[in-house]
Amino acid sequence: MQRRHFLQLLSACVPVAAHGQSAAPVHLRAIPSSGEQIPVLGLGSWITFNVGDDPVGRTASRQVIGEFLAQGGRLIDSSPMYGSSQPVIGEALDRLGARSRVFAADKVWTGGDGAAQVEASRRLWRVDRFDLLQVHNLLAWEKQLSLLEQMKSQGRVRYIGITTSEGRRHGEMERIMRSRRIDFVQFTYNPVDREAEQRLLPLAAERGIAVIVNRPFQQGELLRALRREPLPGWAREAECESWPQLVLKFIVSHPAVTCAIPATSRVDHLRENMAAARGRVPDAALRQRIATHIARAV
Amino acid sequence: MSEWWTYRLSDFLMFSPSAYGRLVALYNRELWPGPLLALAAGLLALYLAGSMRSARGATDGNGRVLAGLLAFAWAWVAWAFCAQRYATIFLGGPYLAAAFAAEVALLLFIAIAPANQRQLPGVVSRVTGWLLAWAGVLAYPLLVLARGRPWTEAEVFGWMPDPTALATLGLLLATGMRAAHIPRWVPMIVPLLVLAVDWAMRSGGG
Repeated sequence: MQRRHFLQLLSACVPVAAHGQSAAPVHLRAIPSSGEQIPVLGLGSWITFNVGDDPVGRTASRQVIGEFLAQGGRLIDSSPMYGSSQPVIGEALDRLGARSRVFAADKVWTGGDGAAQVEASRRLWRVDRFDLLQVHNLLAWEKQLSLLEQMKSQGRVRYIGITTSEGRRHGEMERIMRSRRIDFVQFTYNPVDREAEQRLLPLAAERGIAVIVNRPFQQGELLRALRREPLPGWAREAECESWPQLVLKFIVSHPAVTCAIPATSRVDHLRENMAAARGRVPDAALRQRIATHIARAV
Repeated sequence: MSEWWTYRLSDFLMFSPSAYGRLVALYNRELWPGPLLALAAGLLALYLAGSMRSARGATDGNGRVLAGLLAFAWAWVAWAFCAQRYATIFLGGPYLAAAFAAEVALLLFIAIAPANQRQLPGVVSRVTGWLLAWAGVLAYPLLVLARGRPWTEAEVFGWMPDPTALATLGLLLATGMRAAHIPRWVPMIVPLLVLAVDWAMRSGGG
């Protein structure tokens, strides 16, 4: 990455006070295509909010979403592929009266009628329109990205993007990033899955594309592996008190990353995660130390 | 979605164990004492299969009743669990219901086919079959306790997919019941697939 882009992105990292509480402010990052700033931590919904009609699960999901917003979070990400996550989020936002506060990010995941699927998703979320729509796992991306471009030009969505996960199809994603005008990309990046550092992250910075990082904890596998290891004393230099915080701070301190979207079904985990959006941002030397230590530990 | 080979089956496990457990507990509670009736039906299935052991030649009346009972069990699981409840947290729920419906058709054919033939299975097949059948009916509901989950989440034959598939596979192996013109192993395909796919999905550790 060029130094100029590195400095531009670092300067976009601005702290703001969390909504409705007195905790330290959460850091913000600018969406390059618009300059709009969003918190460096969002909320994923794969598995965690797929609770069907279970009232216990729906209540727990609503509490997590309520706490996320109270902690200053905004971006919630979902997909038609995530089972009942969309209606669970929609019900929670409705009951919390929080539709206007959320940055609603969803996906189109079909080879068929993308417009119908987006409309169905919008109804489930109970929002007027999505802030961000992404082509999920690049499925039928030529067709669906054209649809999203058309929707954006009509003002029916504010931002568009593409997603992949677990290192799949990075080559194709790179070609799309070079050839199409997209606002967001979403892929997997964490201290042990660092392939994105080679091409995707520098390219996103160069092309002015916001980056959402999914599976920051390798769907929990990384944290399960780290559970055996004591947290190193130097973690306090990064103002981290737990492994999840250290992992998240590593991710969101990359200058090209706009936000990471850890998913959780527990309020205590949500609070622990959101603490990583505050305080000291690790510098390059500390980032390297985190990555080296975690790679050795797992 | 291309590059299907880069996905593991566990990648499609889209719900947590606790969400699945609460789904089962709600289902058991809403239709109580349905699980007890299903357990009784499982015991009846074992009795019917046992009463067939000495029969030779054509499948006797008990065999037809057993096949009909199994068909009803599969139909119930397809509708009440797979389509009505499982589909709320698993996108594959409707496809699983369709697979169960195919098994219902096969079992009904065994129950009513006029030229129904029964070949007595070998010792290995009988022993394996009985072990699986007893495991499906009596041991499977207790697994929930071994997993540290409450008994309200118990999965019972004729009520939930896995114990139904396990017991049916065992009963088919143990009794050797079959329909004319259909190879003996054909009704075993769906139960085997149900068990294999479920095991592969849940063994991913995600």
